[in-house]
Amino acid sequence: MTLFYVFAAVAVGTSLLVIAQRNPVYSVLLLIASFGALSGLYVLLDAPFVAVIQIIVYAGAIMVLFLFVVMLLNAPHEDTEDDLRVHPLLRPGPMRFGAVLAVAFAVELVWALTKAGESGAFPGGAVSSVAAIGRSLFTDYAFPFEVTSVLILVAMVGAVVLARRSGAGTSE
Amino acid sequence: MNMVAVNHYLVLSAMLFAIGAAGVFVRRNLITILLSIEIMLNAVNLTFVAFGRALGSVDGQIIVFFVMTVAAAEAAVGLAIVITLFRHKESLNPDSFTSLKW
Repeated sequence: MTLFYVFAAVAVGTSLLVIAQRNPVYSVLLLIASFGALSGLYVLLDAPFVAVIQIIVYAGAIMVLFLFVVMLLNAPHEDTEDDLRVHPLLRPGPMRFGAVLAVAFAVELVWALTKAGESGAFPGGAVSSVAAIGRSLFTDYAFPFEVTSVLILVAMVGAVVLARRSGAGTSE
Repeated sequence: MNMVAVNHYLVLSAMLFAIGAAGVFVRRNLITILLSIEIMLNAVNLTFVAFGRALGSVDGQIIVFFVMTVAAAEAAVGLAIVITLFRHKESLNPDSFTSLKW
């Protein structure tokens, strides 16, 4: 109970700071903290497999990739001199509309969830083992699993082709 | 007895998703927009795991596995596109990439 609120507060607070930061390096590091809190929530939900791959894949691989790109681009600060010190709600035009839309979206979601009524607590003793996940993954979900491998291959080739300097690697 | 129910996780997930959506709407930095997309994907992951726990099946966690794979692919390709765009314009502001705007 207490742990849930601690992890939830950390997740929401760091996510808000990710949005509020001007420096992308700080944003990436705060998002790693947010993913750590989410990993704790997955442990509370009896999902240790998801908690571990949240840390390894998300915080370890994807966020390091982001951090690498941020440092490679060497553009730490947002180059928007026109609206550098303006509150998002005071910016002109579509940006203000977007901010209002986001707030309306948040209110709508919370309203819908509170109107949904009291849901039951979680059933006890339903610890999902990694073995059960693996068995289901390689029997019922074998085809999506293979499709995922093709997707990863396509993404890898696409990233290499896109990020290559034009003319540097072309032999012809 | 004040137990943590499914609703708690759903409200938390909704808040995280709204934060991510606000980031996409408000921020003018391609890196931060990609990070906001990651926040939204994680909010949805939390919903999947909470419902999977409530229903007592592992299907939710398997969907989370696939979502993470798609997120990794999306981050790789998206960051490659960001690098290419930055080489062209020396800027990360999405408002500066308006070559296709008539």
